[in-house]
Amino acid sequence: MSSEKARKFGFETRMLHAGHIPDPHVGARAVPIYQTTSYVFQDAEQAAELFDLKLYGNIYTRISNPTTAVFEERLASLEGATGAVALASGMAAQFAVFMTLLEPGDEIVASAHLYGGSVTQLTHTLKKLSITVRYVDPGNLKAWEEAITSKTRCLYGETIGNPGGSILDLEALSALADSKHIPLIIDNTFATPYLCRPIDWGATIVTHSATKFIGGHGTSIGGAVVDSGKFNFARFPTIADPSPSYHGLRFFDTFGHYGFLMKLRVETLRDTGACISPMNSFLLIQGLETLSLRMERHVSNALGVAKYLAEHPKVARVNYAGLPDNPYHSLALKYLPKGPGAVFSFDLKPIGGDAREAGRRFIEKLELFSHLANVGDARSLVIHPASTTHQQLSDEELAAGSVGPGLVRLSVGLETLEDLIWDLDQALAAL
Amino acid sequence: MGLGSGASCSISLNTVLSPEQQALYQDPDSIREILSRTKTIAIVGLSSERQKASYFVATYLIREGYRVIPVNPRGGTILGETVYPDLKSIPEKVDLVDVFRPSSEVPSIVDQAIEIGAMAVWTQLRIINFEAAEKARGAGLFVVMDKCVKMEHGRFSGSLHWAGMNTELISARRAKR
Repeated sequence: MSSEKARKFGFETRMLHAGHIPDPHVGARAVPIYQTTSYVFQDAEQAAELFDLKLYGNIYTRISNPTTAVFEERLASLEGATGAVALASGMAAQFAVFMTLLEPGDEIVASAHLYGGSVTQLTHTLKKLSITVRYVDPGNLKAWEEAITSKTRCLYGETIGNPGGSILDLEALSALADSKHIPLIIDNTFATPYLCRPIDWGATIVTHSATKFIGGHGTSIGGAVVDSGKFNFARFPTIADPSPSYHGLRFFDTFGHYGFLMKLRVETLRDTGACISPMNSFLLIQGLETLSLRMERHVSNALGVAKYLAEHPKVARVNYAGLPDNPYHSLALKYLPKGPGAVFSFDLKPIGGDAREAGRRFIEKLELFSHLANVGDARSLVIHPASTTHQQLSDEELAAGSVGPGLVRLSVGLETLEDLIWDLDQALAAL
Repeated sequence: MGLGSGASCSISLNTVLSPEQQALYQDPDSIREILSRTKTIAIVGLSSERQKASYFVATYLIREGYRVIPVNPRGGTILGETVYPDLKSIPEKVDLVDVFRPSSEVPSIVDQAIEIGAMAVWTQLRIINFEAAEKARGAGLFVVMDKCVKMEHGRFSGSLHWAGMNTELISARRAKR
């Protein structure tokens, strides 16, 4: 085998090429958008074999689509994974993981520092399916261990916690999950595979809201589940046992390292219908093609903004692990050496004892930061979680997620750094 | 895309073999050569149960144009083909011997594969026997271990990609028809 043939191509090369070889008939260089619901069978026998999963191929875009397949393989390649399934959103992706892995009565141990929508999905929606969640301080390994019971089927956390900016100790958590023979599931939305690849540190499954930095331009909602292929599901009943919704098929026995993803695609995605549109897959592929370039600017701008805010007299605290005095700085250096993302929060000092009012007035004065409920746009964004993304949470849940009344979350974009600092400066001056 | 297009990278994922062992027993160029030269595949341990992995593999390979000969002491027919009790009983030329039996049975299968003049021996996922593999290589046979022939064919023919799997194929050249 020549060394050229065995070449392991670099991250940037794979951003542009993985998952797409120009097709033999047309040779289109850009990824074609297969805007179709369904695919004509070759003959009756081939149709039966496709439905039986004995052939790989496309039946219906709710389950798979050629444009989406490029997005899936490209993301899998960038995460160092065996494969991926794209879904309608990050929330759909996360839900599909739990629906595929868990049964009524099962338990999840999760970081308390999660996106507010994830907290409501885990706490309230999964409760309707008799699944219980135990939240722990993500930095307290002993708390993780103590929360695990005989019913615990997985550990769940975000590489970079939203919105407090905590960093997970991925290596320690994967060792813990291994010792308990349960998968470690990591939401890698804020880091993207350019800044951190959780599978390299032992994570089993990675989820993404591709809506954020992967798409990168605020155009499209989408999500993905990525599997390392390394977990032994042989004694994991939902993946190993004969499936009543697929003629008694044993997914792990039949498909080995991609049994979990096959089950997620042909059962969970089939039955819940949360499929991504081919157009959105195309737009998310466009995002992946420039991921490294954008992330480099995102993190350098974020560090510049964080340093400015940390020096400002009206700012009480900046929660960015890129700052040397942050409690998560050493974990950030280990797991996110290029920079701990571009989404972080800071606490304003109260005005007349009212921090909530300070947050509200600050946001209304901003000119360049867009006030909206998203992160990971090329443009800079701002939100006040206590009155928006996290408003459904109780005061106790807010405190557990480290969200104070004066907390402002920024998603630092790609604008000229001096302009971003100008904008923050004039808004703070008006308080 | 057809077999033969694109630079082939070795997939280091999902195998228990060391990098040195992968170079010997999972070489992507050898795998491509085996898949493109093979016409007839004997599947040792092919099950008649439609939800068993071996049945999936056989169905797939037949659809992809290979002649598949079942080998199983139980006899009968599977997928319309006569089942032979062992490799030696097959009355025609076999190019590839695909093994769905425990690792401990691989040595006797290799002995027969050498005897019938097969081109290659391929053991499926987690079926590993280094001693037998070296004996086969010493006799001039190609050897692939701890890989699935269906997955590898699907990977190089492009269909595994449709299932969202990482084929690790990178090429800017137009695929062949």
